[in-house]
Amino acid sequence: MSAAQRDVWADTLIELAATNLDLLVLDADLATSTKSEKFARAYPDRFLQMGIAEQGMVGTAVGLASLGFVPWVSSFTVFLTHRAVDQVRMSVAQTGANVKIGAAYSGLQLGLAGKTHLDVQDLAIMRAMPGMTVLVPADATECAAMVRWATATPGPVYLRLGREAGPDVVGPDYRFEPGRVVRVREGADLLLISTGQQTGRTLAAAELLAGKGIAAGVLHVPSLKPVDEAAIAQAAAAVPFVVTTEEHSVLGGLGGLVAEIVTSNEPRRVARIGIADTWGESAPNAWLLDRHGLTPERVAERVSRELARA
Amino acid sequence: MTVSPPGAPEPHADLVAVARRGRLLVLEATNAAGAGHVGGPLSAMDLLVALYLRVMRVRPTEPAWPDRDRFVLSKGHSAIGLYTAMALAGYFPVEELLTFDSAGSRLQGHPDMTRLPGLDASTGSLGQGISVGVGMALGARLRGLGFHTWVMLGDGEMQEGQVWESVQVAAKYGLGNLTIIVDRNGMQQYGWPLRAGEVHRGDRRDPFGDVAPRAPLEGFGWRVIEIDGHDFDQIIAAGETARAAAATGIPTAILATTTKGRGFSFTEGASAWHARAATADEVASARAENDGAAS
Repeated sequence: MSAAQRDVWADTLIELAATNLDLLVLDADLATSTKSEKFARAYPDRFLQMGIAEQGMVGTAVGLASLGFVPWVSSFTVFLTHRAVDQVRMSVAQTGANVKIGAAYSGLQLGLAGKTHLDVQDLAIMRAMPGMTVLVPADATECAAMVRWATATPGPVYLRLGREAGPDVVGPDYRFEPGRVVRVREGADLLLISTGQQTGRTLAAAELLAGKGIAAGVLHVPSLKPVDEAAIAQAAAAVPFVVTTEEHSVLGGLGGLVAEIVTSNEPRRVARIGIADTWGESAPNAWLLDRHGLTPERVAERVSRELARA
Repeated sequence: MTVSPPGAPEPHADLVAVARRGRLLVLEATNAAGAGHVGGPLSAMDLLVALYLRVMRVRPTEPAWPDRDRFVLSKGHSAIGLYTAMALAGYFPVEELLTFDSAGSRLQGHPDMTRLPGLDASTGSLGQGISVGVGMALGARLRGLGFHTWVMLGDGEMQEGQVWESVQVAAKYGLGNLTIIVDRNGMQQYGWPLRAGEVHRGDRRDPFGDVAPRAPLEGFGWRVIEIDGHDFDQIIAAGETARAAAATGIPTAILATTTKGRGFSFTEGASAWHARAATADEVASARAENDGAAS
């Protein structure tokens, strides 16, 4: 098991802040949840409480960035990509401000918070924003690598962070490169493409499929923007059938991205597994993952059905 | 208020002349563009001219000077007013104002800092500029830099909730190096209709008609200075007071009462001029009024 990404994010920032004196963390009063409280304890002078005011927080980060600081804004995903989306759009993305968005509490696994806090549209929104880098780590190792890369690289970055721990996916010597896709399993019968913590469950699904004699390859897409389109097109062209799986709406996220790429190159049928066009609800994480077809078992079932259809 | 003895030269006659020219340039630019806002740029022109020529520490020929005062036009739709003041201060040739809003121009419909050197922020979606200004003032303090940050807001813009988010944060961080200037021209785009018997400055209710902005600002811990936004003595004095107060840790709000469309008989107080391009005939009338005022 890999540590929770929110913890990894905070721990990595603490490590970086020792040598990067420009690094700041801005919190919209959710520090105990997002784990920015760890940073606040380690570097109280570089932790800036902005109050329950996400729009102002994002704008303030832009002003700080104009003076050479590297501000990480932290809140729940939904408040950054929905409530403050206009500030992210105009003040951050349109100016190329060096602001980093640490979006904690992403996807479905939100500890019973319910539909008001569930945000499974974030990738569609952020991906459509010119100038924004959109990163979705699979596990702790990749998350730490992304935090380091984002902090060191000028420009706006959106980092989607999971609340819960999950399985390890990438190896200990993993190096993050923006845009690069990661082949995590070979298989010629079909290609599963996933992102974020869903990649761990997708690998488990591929294992279940192997037990039924189906060889599913798995491609992990850690960076939805930029993205190596040629690599995805090439991997899709090598199989008869592609399935995307993500802890996100089936509209506009990884599934949309892959469909855009595959239909623009050598077309393949693309089935998209994710949250249907509906709102969520309060329920245990395992229940939600099952309900929306994202557990290994449900992914394997869906792939079998789709293959039968094909 | 300064009262000039009869026959004495007009106080700040130079600034008055620059602002008068600036107002005509606004009409000429919107006429060339066939679009643009006029009422707000004209109400803010005296404030902008005073800021760029007297109050702010800036170097027009060195727009990226690290120690410059920062300026954010949070009411970004008054962009042509800002560009005009910048041109008159020497940031770029006055002739370039005629490219306003045209394809490829550095003078976009709303200020775009990625296009025009000298702009410290991109604005247009209201309420955001003050937050960027808070970040600049907070950053200056963290870095130990002595520059002052000035943010101009519209009175209608004060309706945006984000403004009050940043009003609170600025006070909590003791940002005495931050000043907001509210161009209180009393009219917004459409506004609320007047109630029976109600008298306001225009044919709609004043954005501040129901609330005295001094009270909420002071309640959040700000220093409030109310001035006539067309009186250069008062503008410059308020600016000096605000700058001198940086060490107090109390941010300053200058509430500047202005007239929307100030400067020409046919634009003053007319809500139709909020967003409207001047015709060639109107530019000619404005030029004639300016010539009359200058002689």
